[in-house]
Amino acid sequence: MSEELKNHKKGVLEVNAIENGTVIDHIPPTSLFKVIKLLNLDRTSHQVTFGTNLESKRLGTKAIIKISDKYCADEEIGYISLVAPSARINIIRDYEVAEKRVVEVPTHVEGFVKCANPMCVTNHEPHVKTRFDVFTRGGELALRCRYCEKITTQEQIEVIR
Amino acid sequence: MKEKQSLVSIHDFTKEDILRIMELAADFEANPDQRLLYGKVVASLFFEPSTRTRLSFESAINRLGARVIGFSDMNNTSVTKGETLHDTIRVISNYCDMIVMRHPVEGAARYASEVSRVPVVNAGDGANQHPSQTLLDLYSILKTQGRLDNINIMMVGDLKYGRTVHSLLEALSHFKAEFTFVSPPELQMPTEYKMQLYERGISYYETADIMERMGMADIIYMTRVQRERFSDIMEYERVKNAYILHNDMLVDTKPNMRILHPLPRVNEIATDVDDNPKAYWFQQTENGVYTRMAIMAYLFGVK
Repeated sequence: MSEELKNHKKGVLEVNAIENGTVIDHIPPTSLFKVIKLLNLDRTSHQVTFGTNLESKRLGTKAIIKISDKYCADEEIGYISLVAPSARINIIRDYEVAEKRVVEVPTHVEGFVKCANPMCVTNHEPHVKTRFDVFTRGGELALRCRYCEKITTQEQIEVIR
Repeated sequence: MKEKQSLVSIHDFTKEDILRIMELAADFEANPDQRLLYGKVVASLFFEPSTRTRLSFESAINRLGARVIGFSDMNNTSVTKGETLHDTIRVISNYCDMIVMRHPVEGAARYASEVSRVPVVNAGDGANQHPSQTLLDLYSILKTQGRLDNINIMMVGDLKYGRTVHSLLEALSHFKAEFTFVSPPELQMPTEYKMQLYERGISYYETADIMERMGMADIIYMTRVQRERFSDIMEYERVKNAYILHNDMLVDTKPNMRILHPLPRVNEIATDVDDNPKAYWFQQTENGVYTRMAIMAYLFGVK
């Protein structure tokens, strides 16, 4: 088998194409399940395929998620940027990339993320929605809780749905 | 000012708000008997015990002519039956015109201010904020130095976990202070606060030696180095005496220098300092009553 064909087949095996929907590529493997939880993909009725620890020139290894017949809302894309800032999001129509969505980091986050401070009221009182202001610190995103004022770093982000 | 006239965090007050509180505190000190809140009911809700803060607030409420309802620990309340903070605050806010609250959980006061129909004054939410302490510290600095601008302040002790030093640092940043941070390496000022100063172009100096810059200080702000903060008890034993202030250490300090302490003091200031005219922590507590009168009058909009 030629190297070209081998690579082609390998590519086909690793990333099955979808006809319509959303492809989230270049996810750091450690963030894959955070993205799945964030988008509620463990409860979705859409067809979802994902792969992890795939080869990536940019990241070394990467994860990818393909969701058939679902187009992510801007808000969802913003939240993806919190847990996987390197992610690239493509909208697929008729097997072609119809649109490359720009990932914009939100300035505020409500719900979705658990405050890392165990003494925060959001971790003690039922039904309090978490609220954060997003800012950059030393080149990394960080979330400041509007209740306890403590910082949840990007690494500490735990998605709640 | 944000959040419907509540005072939850020192960030809720602008520099102008802070300066107005200073003016009002001076006014109440000159004339403490101003019953501006006659007919009002203030709920004093202390979900954890406190002596000074609770009595200082209740004194301020009484001096303003309002009446106080409330509790001083949560053991006799419906919280022990499992009632949520949400429901407790919603109910009590129907009984009063303002809530003063202390709670062990961080962010509890902000949440209460969102669900309450009356203004909330945070009297301490865990390790987070205690804005009336910050404002009374500022008033004490203003009274003793005649100004808030360009104060040389030396903060000593537990600078890592001490909420009072963090809030005071942020408040003094409005006034271009010069900071010296004196602490054992385990309890240094967190990077986050130092970055805030750096971003605002405010200088600071860090040392483990309490004597190094004492002669330059206008204010020494003492806090306690607590044993439970150390993962290595041997380390605590090694450093514990290095941050205790004795009278003979104050010989070469500036004549205008004053020593503040948020209290309770345990052993970090030796009792031989008490009679030194530079000791100011007891007067500081009196300033707390006038400052809290100022805060409540300001939030009620009667001053």
